[in-house]
Amino acid sequence: MAEEHKIKVIIAKPGLDGHDRGAKVVARALRDAGMEVVYTGIRQTPEMIAETALQEDADAVGLSILSGAHLELFPRVVEELQKRGMEDVVLFGGGIIPHEDLPKLEKLGFKGIFGPGASTLDIVEWVRKNAPDRGAASRS
Amino acid sequence: MTDDLVARLLEGDKRALSRVLSFVENGRPEGRAAMKALFGRTGHAHIVGITGPTGSGKSTLVGALAREYRSRGRTLGIVAVDPTSPFSRGAVLGDRIRMQELTSDPGVFIRSMATRGALGGLAPATNDVVTVLDAAHKDVIIVETVGAGQDEVEVADTAHTTIVISVPGAGDEVQAIKAGILEIADILVVNKSDQPRADITAQQLHAYLNLGREEGWEVPIIKTVAIRAQGIEELADAIDRHRGFLESSGRLEEARRQRARRQLLALAQEELLARVLATLATAEGNGRLEALVEAIARREMDPHTAAERLIEAAG
Repeated sequence: MAEEHKIKVIIAKPGLDGHDRGAKVVARALRDAGMEVVYTGIRQTPEMIAETALQEDADAVGLSILSGAHLELFPRVVEELQKRGMEDVVLFGGGIIPHEDLPKLEKLGFKGIFGPGASTLDIVEWVRKNAPDRGAASRS
Repeated sequence: MTDDLVARLLEGDKRALSRVLSFVENGRPEGRAAMKALFGRTGHAHIVGITGPTGSGKSTLVGALAREYRSRGRTLGIVAVDPTSPFSRGAVLGDRIRMQELTSDPGVFIRSMATRGALGGLAPATNDVVTVLDAAHKDVIIVETVGAGQDEVEVADTAHTTIVISVPGAGDEVQAIKAGILEIADILVVNKSDQPRADITAQQLHAYLNLGREEGWEVPIIKTVAIRAQGIEELADAIDRHRGFLESSGRLEEARRQRARRQLLALAQEELLARVLATLATAEGNGRLEALVEAIARREMDPHTAAERLIEAAG
């Protein structure tokens, strides 16, 4: 079989808010950019998100949250990913996230945070630039 | 590096399993090396294929069936295939949504795959991914196809037991699953059977089956409501019965041989193609290719002869 690697992204909604329009729009934009996107649906626990990233061998995980619980839930997702040896997965997030929280999230590893009004093109570009190039070097 | 990954996979390390599945899916040399190393460890799992039209409840049924198997103490691998967009070559893989609560169960490993342009209802590397899950000690491997119409029958080559799902009201004459796909069924499921007309659908399927059936195995028609786990025990029992039939009738051995033959020929074809393409990668090879193309375009040589020349040159 010919070698073919596609960027694989998990789009997940942690916590209890059920507003998944944004997550679906981003999932679709990434698909339209040629990526393979696993959409988990709403109300995911940090454990479920990390386990999904593990089983799917994701390159990137994007979290969408509108409940305001990002400072509680994002660190727990990171913790669950680390437990599974997935610390090299690229993290990004979106939703209603106040500006003053950005440094805290960046310290956790969320280098890309996209709020309301962010363009899907920017998100696609960001993922493309930040996802590890696994066509060349392999990791284990 | 592959040796280490394979060793960890066999010890039950999910990270290693996940990496090997990616290597295999992406056609990488590490994947091929792992397949060679793991082959001796395979042959244990029962492979169940689930197919049916879009919206018939395949993913929900897979989730319900997986929970039933878990209550019977069996471990599972699930391979869920969704279509690749023909335009962007990307895909949204959404089958997990219906089975996400299984994610936290250590006895279940779910992997989503995109068809990447393959047309038979599966992803190109589905068989290899199933083989790796088999080596990773899964008792049952469920393969869920893309929403299938009439022609996506490849799953029957992969699975020991093929389940075809239909739903009530899908058309008076079971339009959604005519010939083709019905013929591959070892078990027929009428899902969403709490809806009106479920009995009519079941009767129509029954009438269809009476037109001709495989010797020794009567295809059961099972009514389910997957979302409420109704009829799922009966389905799991039917799958076990089918496994018993395959073993006692010698069909399992026969199917293994057929699969081995198909696989060998497919791999040989792939290898041959790779060799031919390698000889064309040089300047000299490319020149030879262009000369043949030119000869065909000018109608000085027919394409069949040209192809023979190409292969002869590859040795």
